[in-house]
Amino acid sequence: MKIDIILAGVGGQGILSIANIVGYAAIKKGLYMKQAEVHGMSQRGGDVQSHFRLADYEIASDLIPMGQADLIISVEPLESLRYLPWLSPEGWLITNDQRFVNIPNYPDEALLKAELDKLPRKVVINADQIAKDLGSARSANMVILGAASPFLKIDFESIENAVRDVFGRKGEDVVNVNLACLRAGREYSEKR
Amino acid sequence: MSKTLLLGVEAIAQGALDGGLSGVYAYPGTPSTEITEFIQQSKQAVEGNVHRIWAGNEKTAMESAIGMSYAGKRAMVCMKHVGLNVAADPFMNSSITGAHGGLVVVVADDPSMHSSQDEQDSRYYAKFALIPAFEPSNQQEAYDMAYSAFEFSEKYKTPVLIRVTTRLAHSRAGVERKPIKPQNALNPNTDPKKFILLPANARNHYRSLLAKQKDFENEAFNSKYNKYVDGEDKKVGIIASGIAYNYVMENYVGTKCPHPILKISQYPLPSEHIAKIVDECDSVLVVEEGYPFIEEQVRGILNRTGNIRGRMDGALPRDGELNPNLVAKALGLKEQIGSPVPSIMVPRPPALCNGCPHIDSYLALNQAMEKYGPGKVFADIGCYTLGALPPYNAIYSTVDMGASITMAKGAADAGLLPAVAVIGDSTFTHSGMTSLLDAIYEHTPITVLILDNSTTGMTGGQDSHALGVLGNICKGLGVEEEHIRIIKPLKANQDENARIIAEELEYQGVSVIIPTRECIQTLNRRMKAKAAKK
Repeated sequence: MKIDIILAGVGGQGILSIANIVGYAAIKKGLYMKQAEVHGMSQRGGDVQSHFRLADYEIASDLIPMGQADLIISVEPLESLRYLPWLSPEGWLITNDQRFVNIPNYPDEALLKAELDKLPRKVVINADQIAKDLGSARSANMVILGAASPFLKIDFESIENAVRDVFGRKGEDVVNVNLACLRAGREYSEKR
Repeated sequence: MSKTLLLGVEAIAQGALDGGLSGVYAYPGTPSTEITEFIQQSKQAVEGNVHRIWAGNEKTAMESAIGMSYAGKRAMVCMKHVGLNVAADPFMNSSITGAHGGLVVVVADDPSMHSSQDEQDSRYYAKFALIPAFEPSNQQEAYDMAYSAFEFSEKYKTPVLIRVTTRLAHSRAGVERKPIKPQNALNPNTDPKKFILLPANARNHYRSLLAKQKDFENEAFNSKYNKYVDGEDKKVGIIASGIAYNYVMENYVGTKCPHPILKISQYPLPSEHIAKIVDECDSVLVVEEGYPFIEEQVRGILNRTGNIRGRMDGALPRDGELNPNLVAKALGLKEQIGSPVPSIMVPRPPALCNGCPHIDSYLALNQAMEKYGPGKVFADIGCYTLGALPPYNAIYSTVDMGASITMAKGAADAGLLPAVAVIGDSTFTHSGMTSLLDAIYEHTPITVLILDNSTTGMTGGQDSHALGVLGNICKGLGVEEEHIRIIKPLKANQDENARIIAEELEYQGVSVIIPTRECIQTLNRRMKAKAAKK
């Protein structure tokens, strides 16, 4: 078993919190993991990505070969498309539909939507709104993780437990709102 | 035993701590910063009273580490690749005196220049200094090498270098730890000539360093990190070093690599291993991250055999980071590629943060400089280098740490006026102070903006030696008090700030303007921490 994930977003959007939860769940299950992150200059509002790999055998490369990612999980729609060369022909793309516009030549919204529409296997979700409705605008990442969870090959209970463990020291309220966001994302994915 | 999830650089930090480290010395620089940060946050380091405060620059860091080694304790100095240029003087000479307590130099190279101005390869420095180098291929090796490097260093009385590249530095994996070793006791050397590099001593020390080279190579030949695995298909043999080894192996997941493969993670190059693979195979592909360091040595400049392939013959790109796909192509394997990037895609370069004080400094500077035209603002290394990008287009050059002031001086010497330098507070104390002294000494007409955001910003907000002392440093160096102007970079102050800058541009001597406002990132972090406490 292996699962390769490209996590995408804009520096400062916190894509690493998603990796943190999945990694926590995977390590508890005794899986091997490698996760390459971007630190440094790009973190200042540039495009950032993380190569996140899980397997039940020892992983060689820290980078995912092109065409082999099972999932692209993105917190920004334009950024989700940047890594299509990595997505396997059977892979799924899970992305927030809320644009982060910090460049003057950001593509037109309709063109962006048309590109996303072309993809055969995708979940496009307004994670910001769902998180806001549940009372924690900052937890949009957990909505996206929830939406990606049916494709993760890790049981949902383990992911829920990882959220409990990772957010545990921030108190029960924080844990609960993040769990609610996670579940809402999953529900959205399953209903579609 | 359970594994700990660690970044490659964190694995080095933990390995050093477990290996008996007494002090880490470093100046922040991507991708090396997290080594020292990890040690600063480590309970183990606090309990062991391990020195872990940032140094002013890489040279002072290197020298402090040398001092700790001479006192008999285990010291580590960490830097990014270009930092070793700053530390090159003590680094090169530490190999002549040799080490006493274990002395480990960790250098993080940045191929593809993710956060750097060049992609120089530190393995050349190790060879230049005639010292052994280690190049981990994964996080476990990074830990193991740092753990045992001190003993290696003490065995041969030599500093050793550990080289990592960005991708391993910032990739996380499970690492198994080893038992914690005690720190060394204070133990100064009793040989009165050992650390005094008078020519007569240095000549002797240099000969003994040369005599050790055979031992270093024997160690590399017998090293568990360098392994030769035979393969049946001898049409091609593979030499792969460091993380590049993983990119090769990724192409043979679930199968065995059919070619003989020599993995190199310890230098100097073990010539016996190299001879074996070159003799047995029709051709040899050298796969390494960075410069063609191994390839160039194996092929020689004459390339007589013509069968050594790699970055120099175009089998792999000459520049930039490698990946599994580039290696697959070089091996003639079938590549799988997903769908192309849509044509609507645009780059998203990094930018100054919303609320960043540098924005207001540049807006005021641009306003003051408007009448003089472009090409007169010499900048430096830091977030403010992003002032090169639209909408600011504010700077003319960025080369190395501290260079802005002396570049402006040289331009002023050439008659280019006004000549302006833009430098950050931490970069100024790193290596701008002597530059400023040059200008003061000659009364050169330059205007220096020291952007004081009270932190080392680009690398994530480390403490800056400049905090609260900039004005006094400038005064002490000899800048006239009336030409040290402290301003607050805010949108509301833009006209006033532009007027002050314009005034100083007219002054035919050294002026220093210090726009002072905290980095928005560290400010937000402080506010969040404060709110969490309530």
